[in-house]
Amino acid sequence: MTETALRDFKKFTRESLPRVEVLAQGHRACQGCGEILALRMALKAMGKNIIVASATGCMEIVTSSYPQTAWEVPWIHVAFENAAAVASGIESGRKALMRKGRLRKQRITVVAMAGDGGTADIGIQALSGALERGHDFVYICLDNEAYMNTGIQRSSATPYGAMTTTSPPGKLSIGQRTWKKNVPAIAAAHTIPYVATASPAYYLDLMNKAKKAAMIKGPAYLHLFSPCPTGWRLAPERTVEISRLAVQTNVFPLYEVVDGRYIITKKIKRPKPVEEYLKLQGRFRHLDNKTIRQIQVRVDKEYDLLVQKAGLTETQEESKHN
Amino acid sequence: MPKKVGIEVSLAVSEAVCAADVDVIPAYPVTPQTHIVEHLSELVADGELDAEFMPVESEHSAMSACIGAAAVGARTFTATSAPGLALMHEIVFIAPSLRTPIVMVIANRALSGPISIWNDHSDIMAQRDCGWIQTFAENGQEVFDLIIHAFRVAEDPEVLLPMIVNMDGFTLSHVIEPIELLSASEVSQYLKPFEPQLVLDPKNPVTMGPVGVPELYTEARQQAESVLNGSKKVIVRAWKEFAKLYGRSYKPIETYRTEGAEVVLMTMGSVTETAMTAVDRMREKGIEVGLMRFRLWRPFPHEEFRRAVRGIKALAVVDRAISFGAQGGPVCSKVKSALYGAPYQPQVFGFISGLGGRDITVEMFKQMVKKAIRYAKKGEGPVYELIGVRER
Ligand SMILES: Cc1ncc(C[n+]2csc(CCOP(=O)(O)OP(=O)(O)O)c2C)c(N)n1
Ligand code: SF4
Ligand SMILES: [Mg+2]
Repeated sequence: MTETALRDFKKFTRESLPRVEVLAQGHRACQGCGEILALRMALKAMGKNIIVASATGCMEIVTSSYPQTAWEVPWIHVAFENAAAVASGIESGRKALMRKGRLRKQRITVVAMAGDGGTADIGIQALSGALERGHDFVYICLDNEAYMNTGIQRSSATPYGAMTTTSPPGKLSIGQRTWKKNVPAIAAAHTIPYVATASPAYYLDLMNKAKKAAMIKGPAYLHLFSPCPTGWRLAPERTVEISRLAVQTNVFPLYEVVDGRYIITKKIKRPKPVEEYLKLQGRFRHLDNKTIRQIQVRVDKEYDLLVQKAGLTETQEESKHN
Repeated sequence: MPKKVGIEVSLAVSEAVCAADVDVIPAYPVTPQTHIVEHLSELVADGELDAEFMPVESEHSAMSACIGAAAVGARTFTATSAPGLALMHEIVFIAPSLRTPIVMVIANRALSGPISIWNDHSDIMAQRDCGWIQTFAENGQEVFDLIIHAFRVAEDPEVLLPMIVNMDGFTLSHVIEPIELLSASEVSQYLKPFEPQLVLDPKNPVTMGPVGVPELYTEARQQAESVLNGSKKVIVRAWKEFAKLYGRSYKPIETYRTEGAEVVLMTMGSVTETAMTAVDRMREKGIEVGLMRFRLWRPFPHEEFRRAVRGIKALAVVDRAISFGAQGGPVCSKVKSALYGAPYQPQVFGFISGLGGRDITVEMFKQMVKKAIRYAKKGEGPVYELIGVRER
């Protein structure tokens, strides 16, 4: 079914990038904000025929300080934990009105957007409900790996060892004590037609995935890597570089899950050591070599699992490249 | 004119929603509200109501989905009871600020703890200040009529506020009563299709629910307050038109045998019928007692109330909830504050009774009236009293 929906899918290329801007300039995001960058790319790919339901969080705050708005499309914010539920109401409302002849029949894209906190923690129930009910919508998780809007508190998507204001390193603590929750896998477990991870460093890949997500009928889940210079203690000009390193170290692999099939969309032949990724960020500055080795082991293991899911063995993968 | 049928009041609620041709119903089961959403899902499954029935995963999402659906211009309904209402609390406050005319029926139930599925008013009193229009029904017919009325008022361009219709859980929701069910075509004379003022539409993009900075928050709240207060004239007008079309007339406050009354009982909801029996019996014995009931709770009908109490010596206010630490019940507190500075001020005595499904009997009403008469003579009484507490 997903295949038919994507029959007319035409990839964006460097030459055919959409000119449309859905988010106006002049919003209040910090310098080098990777979250607004990822969001802007996804929205450009989906175009203006959309309605957006936003969770509370950085992106909501920086785009909607009344009487200003950065939104060139219809947009609604209700609360922190319910973006998926609001979007499901929007989709159902339009469906009923179109069926009853009170709204012109037209397919638009209903988008729900939230941070990692609004997705992996407080909003996961609303998300799960909306995915399970099968609404035709796209859910975008903007993952900057902490509650940034409220001042860099940890979420369940904060990576192991990271310093946040509620996972401070100390005599008895290495920082975040838990491993990052795998929300794309949770989304995929709902057997929805489309799940993808994407990174603003690979902008064509990100935009093509966003376009696919919008085209597919039924729920689609996009998990966007969103570096936050403010919260990660990262130089603002390094947002794209760190996004690329996250992929090149396999810390944040890029893949799609189409109708349950895992497809790795950016294969890394010789992954760089995770240390290269960690050392650029102040939030990992306190980590000792032992912890860094632990993180390396974990990253390798998770990537192996992903490769297994993609139905590839290492040898097959290599032979393809040969 | 339609004829009366014997029907469970919960099912009559669903029939009212069906007659109102609702578009979206996000629903979650909770006792004693469940029969409403069960029957609605049936009506949709049988093709009798063309609506999206959304079996959401919580009441929090039910209210959130209601807002989303109303924001694209759909007529939207949900129903719940205490735990569900408490769970959606945050979102309940947001709905009026977004001017989404959702209609919600609350089958009133005690709010935990200890957990109780039975009736009182603690659930709705905890949402008292949420900015919704709130009415209370006494019987099944009134529930049906108030729901139709609610859609009409909520969607009025001068109002555009969500509206709660309260009915007592079990004691009203689960009883079978003779009810005149208006059909969709009869209702359509009274209730025109919803014409929203602003919707989420890609052709005309708007930003809804932006950040309320300190420079503007006060003004936004002031507007919400003045719209709610201003809705009273629309509420009353809509009741008058209802009476013209269907012959049943409603007012913000009902009075019963208050002429020359020494003491007047004040109630809300279905216990009023028991209170009427108590009044009749006491009147037979020559006790000058009457009864008054709030149908409209928010916006509070100040002028009507002050007019209604003229000439009455004492009020015995019956609360179905405790306002913890405030020394009394929420209705009694409101009554007292409404009388402060009024040209005519009866004495007010507060009684709390009927918590978590305990019946308020005719005898208990009589007891309250006798106490109020005694206190009135003395010129003072306790700040409030719990009536019907077991000795052991
Ligand atoms: C029910 C509720 N709890 C807590 C908050 C406070 N709060 C607002 S945004 C936020 C964190 C947002 O984090 P995330 O979803 O990751 O988005 P980010 O700001 O990082 O983009 C929190 C804790 C709230 N608004 N509502
Ligand atoms: S705190 Fe981080 S996510 Fe939020 S606006 Fe600033 S850079 Fe972006
Ligand atoms: Mg975040």
